[in-house]
Amino acid sequence: MELVEAIILAVLAASTPLLIAATGELVAERSGVLNLGVEGMMIVGAACGFAGAWLTGSIFIGALFGIIAGTLMSLIFALMALGLAVNQVATGLALTILGIGLSGLIGAGFVGERISPAVHLHIPGLTDIPLIGRVLFGEDGFVYVSIALIVGVWWFLYRTRAGLILRACGDNHVSAHALGYPVLRIRTFAVMFGGACAGLAGAYLPLAYTPFFIPGMTAGRGWIALALVVFSSWRPGRLVVGAYLFGAVTILQLHAQGWGVGIPSQFMSALPYLATVIVLVLLSRARTGGSTAPAALGTVFVPDR
Amino acid sequence: MRKSLLALAAGLLLAGSVSAASAADKLKVGFIYLGPIGDLGWTYQHDVGRQALVKELGDKIETTYLENVPEGPDAERSIEQLVRAGNKLIFTTSFGYMDPTLKVAKKYPNVHFEHATGYKRNPNMSTYSAKWYQGRYIQGLIAAKMSKSGVLGYIGSFPIPEVVSGINATMLAAQTINPNIKVKIIWANTWFDPGKEADAAKALIDQGADVIMQHTDSPAAMQIASERGKLAFGQDSEMIKFGPKTQLTSILDTWGPYYIERVKAELAGTWKSEDTWGGLDSHMFAMAPYTNMPDDVKKMAEDAQAAITAGKLHPFKCPIVGQDGKPVECKGGDRLDDGQILGMNFYVKGIDDKLPGK
Repeated sequence: MELVEAIILAVLAASTPLLIAATGELVAERSGVLNLGVEGMMIVGAACGFAGAWLTGSIFIGALFGIIAGTLMSLIFALMALGLAVNQVATGLALTILGIGLSGLIGAGFVGERISPAVHLHIPGLTDIPLIGRVLFGEDGFVYVSIALIVGVWWFLYRTRAGLILRACGDNHVSAHALGYPVLRIRTFAVMFGGACAGLAGAYLPLAYTPFFIPGMTAGRGWIALALVVFSSWRPGRLVVGAYLFGAVTILQLHAQGWGVGIPSQFMSALPYLATVIVLVLLSRARTGGSTAPAALGTVFVPDR
Repeated sequence: MRKSLLALAAGLLLAGSVSAASAADKLKVGFIYLGPIGDLGWTYQHDVGRQALVKELGDKIETTYLENVPEGPDAERSIEQLVRAGNKLIFTTSFGYMDPTLKVAKKYPNVHFEHATGYKRNPNMSTYSAKWYQGRYIQGLIAAKMSKSGVLGYIGSFPIPEVVSGINATMLAAQTINPNIKVKIIWANTWFDPGKEADAAKALIDQGADVIMQHTDSPAAMQIASERGKLAFGQDSEMIKFGPKTQLTSILDTWGPYYIERVKAELAGTWKSEDTWGGLDSHMFAMAPYTNMPDDVKKMAEDAQAAITAGKLHPFKCPIVGQDGKPVECKGGDRLDDGQILGMNFYVKGIDDKLPGK
């Protein structure tokens, strides 16, 4: 029983950065912008998040630093891809390369330092319930924030007028523009939200997951977040399924190796990717079929005035 | 004002060209690094070696390094770049640079190359590596003494001979203390992913391991062991900062003496292609202080280290029994020979796991 609880806790920890980063990217993509710079924004968020926490001794301020850093990175993207209408794919890739270099520079002075990680919630009585106590009432703040974020985004996209307008920009920017909506401004906000989430997701790594900073510590999680958005067919509900499934298979394959199941470890390492692809393909086949991507995704929009 | 500025600029230019001229007389030594120098592990230790080199011979040489160079064909360009920049001795510090280094070495016969941990050589290309399994053997002795549960947790990177021989050396040592010792092995299939390394450490501890050993590069596993009140060994570098009450010891890569020796040979014109595979006796690596253990265990570790250094104790001393229960052929007389260790692709008896790909 204790092992089951430990596994669930590890799964939540592994899935949380993916979920946060993917939530931000989902909003950006629903507005029609493909920002491939998630990895770069994340790693800068990790460096600045650690720097903030180390300098002030506060995890909260560290997280704030991460959010601000991610947002600033996304503004570079917005300036290039939206303001100057540069190709989004190229800009996003450049942003990742820039981010990896920049984070190394920012973090250079902090390599080898350590901080005490984010505290976990503890409610006497509730947290001590066997099996579910620590899972529900004993997480760090990031886990709760990630769930609040995805629920908030779902509500915003499907239950508010602003969300409808944002989706309209993503599906047909010409019509949205003709109706008088400021397409570029809306997209800029969406990109900034994506950057803030990526920065927070990056900050989660050195503030809660592994409390130290090392260059390159995101190790490709930004790319996985991007893939999750595609496989979720741009739906918040499926994104949650995808992120937790990916985390679950990642952790379970490690445990399976420890138990000595006898399946080649190389295959086990590939399993999270495989399982996520299969489940999400099945999910999207089951209902609609066909492409569910925002119709204007990745296309340049220059308003005619 | 403008004139004086121009004069200043001209003066600076002149100064610049003068220093460049004097630099041209110095031997240029280049390094290719796999990771960032701040990785606190593999690349960091190579750079510590380079710094030791600069400290010792700084007046005669000039060093350049390229970091974050991916393994594989892409590395070729980076190595050539160093050649064209005038470097006469180039160290390529990861296994995956083997073929690119060889290719460039054949193209530039007047430049000398040194490739770490590989096996392909050329008249102008040496190889160098360390017998880390000796350190793993000492760790195995300590682990068996310190483990209360009798279960060790081992995080591997990739199932290559270097890692497999480390696991075997650990277990052969541990079995001399506790014949029933168990090891749980998790392959991360990466050298560096702090999150995944931490997850692997969590899984091992959750499954009952109380001493964690790693053959991956970040201090994440050490930190998890520290959080959970378990014990662990560092890797490549000193990691005690991440587990002051956790680290038992760590295998420290100490490349400095080797780099100094080779550059001295180059300066003296006596450099030739060699294969160096040094152990504790030749200071290719060192053991971090033995900490967080009782005095008798510490003494045992120190004695074992002295015996290995003196050549009295060999980790792969025969008879060695494979997983199938059959003794392994002893090509080195009373021990396995270097070729058997360098190509090790089997587990010894007592490891209840299957080697991936076997």
